[in-house]
Amino acid sequence: MNSPDLYQQALLDLARAAHGAGTLPSPDGSVLRDSPLCGDRVRLQVALEAGRITAIAHDVKGCLLCRAAASLVGLHGTGLNATEADALRGQVAATLAGSEPPPGWPELALFAPVRPHRNRHGCVLLPFEALAAALDSHSRA
Amino acid sequence: MNFSPAKWRRHFPLLAAHHELHYLDNAATGQTCAAALNAATAFDTQSRANVLRGTYRLAEQADAAYENARRQAAAYLNAAGSEEVVFTAGTTASINLVAHAFGEGLHAGDEVVLSLAEHHSNFVPWQMLRERRGVVLRLLPLTADGRIDLSRLGETLTPRCKLAAVTHASNVTGAVTGLAPIVAAARAVGARVLIDGAQAVQHGPVDVAALGADFYAFSGHKAFGPTGVGVLWGRGEALAALPPFLGGGGMIGRVTVEETTYAPPPRRFEAGTPPIAQAIGLGAALDWLRAQPWADMNAHTARLAQRLIDGLAVLRGLTFLGPRDLKERLPIVSFNLEGIHPHDACQVLDEYGVAVRGGHHCAQPLMDFFGVQGAVRASIAPYNDDADIDALLAGLQDAVRKLK
Repeated sequence: MNSPDLYQQALLDLARAAHGAGTLPSPDGSVLRDSPLCGDRVRLQVALEAGRITAIAHDVKGCLLCRAAASLVGLHGTGLNATEADALRGQVAATLAGSEPPPGWPELALFAPVRPHRNRHGCVLLPFEALAAALDSHSRA
Repeated sequence: MNFSPAKWRRHFPLLAAHHELHYLDNAATGQTCAAALNAATAFDTQSRANVLRGTYRLAEQADAAYENARRQAAAYLNAAGSEEVVFTAGTTASINLVAHAFGEGLHAGDEVVLSLAEHHSNFVPWQMLRERRGVVLRLLPLTADGRIDLSRLGETLTPRCKLAAVTHASNVTGAVTGLAPIVAAARAVGARVLIDGAQAVQHGPVDVAALGADFYAFSGHKAFGPTGVGVLWGRGEALAALPPFLGGGGMIGRVTVEETTYAPPPRRFEAGTPPIAQAIGLGAALDWLRAQPWADMNAHTARLAQRLIDGLAVLRGLTFLGPRDLKERLPIVSFNLEGIHPHDACQVLDEYGVAVRGGHHCAQPLMDFFGVQGAVRASIAPYNDDADIDALLAGLQDAVRKLK
């Protein structure tokens, strides 16, 4: 029932670092994603070159978990293409279900204490879903 | 005071078994009382059969228990008769029933009046009706502290209004609606009135005759009864004027290949096998509740709400959503702590055994009004005590230390 490690210092630091927070002057892809459960909202923009991310910016109105996840996207998301971003979304979901974090994303281990709190999984997933959707929005444009 | 929260708590098996739990999410769902559990179990173990169909003795026993539950609900509401009680799946189902059945008679340009304080369950069905029928939704505005602003009633509820659908009390602020002027204004233009009673019924018996409305909706699970059941009360002539919503068994007069005639209310609105055990459990809960010392119980919960408000008020960066006083207000307290997301606060509170809800509380238009995404909400029931409030306050201080 308890979650003593959920708000560990490293996760708080990641959220406060807010890697990638802000807006892009001329994004190639942009999405707004809402969490129907809690009302959290992520606006995420990407700049692309040859289908790969060259810059990411996000504006998060959400909880610490959502902000930390968005910060992680800002930290490591550059260089992904649409296929990889879509796969990453599934890998994050798998990590929340108990799998090891995917290569290149070791900080996802910070979210391990979220595993038993299924209603909070969406808080972590929202920025990753937004990332995949931003790339998808560009490919459809 | 002729009331002991500790003794009352013993009537709730989950709470009796979990003394460490500080359950303050009663606006979301109340704990189930033993009366409801025992009645539902008695039905399932002693007289389970489908209702309104069988001629064997077991079925007749089931019929009697089900119709007795209808009488118990009618008594709790001071309804003119049990035929005015329709069992539904809950408040949402009750409101959707009216939105569909009453909405069948509306036309483009007809107006439905809501308020900005409504739960999504009394908002979305009317937006869906707007899409189907082209009706116009008009919103009663709010005062700065979240009460429905009755000074704007005259300009909002016009002669084009066909129905006013408003909450009896906000699930976020606890503010009790001043219904009398709304009912009077609706009556003056020949409009119907539906009251969303989801938050009110668990704070004492309701007098629908005195309220003067046409429809009253509530859920069993918020009234310490089972989940999956609720009530739509409708004034006799108002229900009789409605066409059916769902079609199926049990709601018909006669079915031929060419056409179907419909049963009179309440059966017209209970297509299919109803939630029989749940309705019987709800009837028992309401019967038990009706005999409780509500004046003392409401004084007790108001004192706890004041204790909570006083304890919160000293926290730096705290803002309340809704009135600060307890006048015409249920013991529901919603608030935000600057820099701490409601979900994070609730997660830390869980470590203290405190169960409260964080989020938009299915009232996003109200959240927009307050300029917030969500809030922490503590909602108090008679089985709560000082220890519950103090655990919440202690947990919040820890949340500030951990998260700020």
